[in-house]
Amino acid sequence: MRAKFAVKQLSIFLENRKGRLKEVTQVLAEAKVNIRALALAESAEFGILRLVVDNPEKARSILSSAGFTVKEQDVFAVEVPDKPGGFYQVVKLLADQDINIDYTYAFVGGKDKAILIFKVPDRLFEKALETVQQGGLPLVKPVFFYGS
Amino acid sequence: MDWRKKDYLAREDIEALQLKRLKEVVERVYHLVPFYRQKFDELGVKPHDIKSLDDLRRLPFTVKQDLRDHYPFGMFAVPMEQIVRIHSSSGTTGKPTVVGYTAHDMRVWTEVMCRTFSMAKVGPGDVVHNAYGYGLFTGGLGFHYGAEGVGAAVVPSSVGFTKRQLMLMRDFGATVLCSTPSYALHLAEVASEEGLNPREDFRLRAGFFGAEPASKGLRENVSKVWGIRYCECYGLSEIIGPGVAASCEHDELHIFEDHFLPEVIDPETGEPLPEGEEGELVFTTLTKQGLPLIRYRTRDIATLYKAPCKCGRTILRMGRVIGRSDDMLIVSGVNVFPSQVEHVLTQVEGLTPNYVIVLDKRGVLDVLEVWVEVDERVFTGDIGALENLKRKLEEELANALFLRARVKLVEPKTLERSMGKAKRVVDRRELESITK
Repeated sequence: MRAKFAVKQLSIFLENRKGRLKEVTQVLAEAKVNIRALALAESAEFGILRLVVDNPEKARSILSSAGFTVKEQDVFAVEVPDKPGGFYQVVKLLADQDINIDYTYAFVGGKDKAILIFKVPDRLFEKALETVQQGGLPLVKPVFFYGS
Repeated sequence: MDWRKKDYLAREDIEALQLKRLKEVVERVYHLVPFYRQKFDELGVKPHDIKSLDDLRRLPFTVKQDLRDHYPFGMFAVPMEQIVRIHSSSGTTGKPTVVGYTAHDMRVWTEVMCRTFSMAKVGPGDVVHNAYGYGLFTGGLGFHYGAEGVGAAVVPSSVGFTKRQLMLMRDFGATVLCSTPSYALHLAEVASEEGLNPREDFRLRAGFFGAEPASKGLRENVSKVWGIRYCECYGLSEIIGPGVAASCEHDELHIFEDHFLPEVIDPETGEPLPEGEEGELVFTTLTKQGLPLIRYRTRDIATLYKAPCKCGRTILRMGRVIGRSDDMLIVSGVNVFPSQVEHVLTQVEGLTPNYVIVLDKRGVLDVLEVWVEVDERVFTGDIGALENLKRKLEEELANALFLRARVKLVEPKTLERSMGKAKRVVDRRELESITK
């Protein structure tokens, strides 16, 4: 299932320094990489920018050559109805199976749907996919993000 | 001989005494320390070859690594039952350097510290506030014994708790302060913050400062802000601790050369340099029993002067230490080698990330930061993992350096590089004018 549903997410290490976010996004914009989803995690001194983009290989290579530290990781995406309880449904499924969520972020997918992105410990990745599917919630295929 | 007279001997008497003692120490190490016997034999030199002070140049050097290689007691020249005190450095990448003193050595140490205190005529009636660290570091106990030796009252306050230190200094009427120069300045700053005037609300008249390099500006500041005589103290634990040299009323740094025979050498070739030339300071301990050292290379760069001083002392003078011939850093009086930091970085994550050591001042105190590049080997994409890494590095650095170091995680290629080679140390402290 991993091969079918794993979405490549890029994590970029950033110092908390003026203009640094601008520089990353500029590199991506100039390379015509489209950001489909993003989240920014931060500590007092540094941050990690997490991106799901339309072309992860290209994005990774241009960011690396621009001197950024980039890590590629598998995440998965779940489509839920854009209404109260949507997020709860997924989290409950995972929690009931003792699957810890490292972090999650979301965006409104248009119409009445929302897309949730989940990062779980790698050893639980397969189990998480099965859990979500067996719970009757649609997993989003990577092509949704990558497709032109 | 009364120690008070030893600083005023005629030059030829000093040299005659040195030669006599040099012959003795060479004889002793040759027979009692296998390391030296082997070194002497390799160079084809025997103790009886030493007929003049000039023959010193025929003897082998000793370096810090030799002490580490013989950790802990391999270079001691007496059986352990004669050792009454052991001190130790914090230890660098591997083993610390351990020094041992016999009862006789303790008397020598106390004597040179008495001679140090006599530079400002410290004696009965004085209250000596000793804010050097007590413990394995030689500073605390070295000054302590000297102050007792001259009959002053010692307050062994050790380091830290600045406000309490100030209260004690004030309430006990301290007349003499012993500390690192930067801590003396910090004390003055905190006193001012507390609404006290260092010059008027305290009875200090002199201070004995050492354990870290001090620029002329820093020395003048300390002297001015407290309104005191600034006595500089030079020493290193391998030779005895503090008490190798001290500055007189004319601000000249005198070496107690009847105990510690100094030379200046070219650090590249090892050749002795004539008086007045700048080079690496080398000491031979003339009277120490526990750990006698022959031609110990201090790595400190300085100059020697033989002409008698205006103060009347005949023992020779050394210029201020103007740098190091190796990469040792002195941070708040603590010796730090970049290799120690590298060792910790390598151990913690099993890899050697790029890093740079940044030294700075926060107020008057030294701050040590280690900037570590987060490259793709270190970066897991997880923020918690980075925070753990930072915390773990800080803990391990504190354990290894005996000093708090702040770790800053930075992006690759932000670290300064020079000549295509990573620059490991950026010292932002103002030390440009260490020389007089």
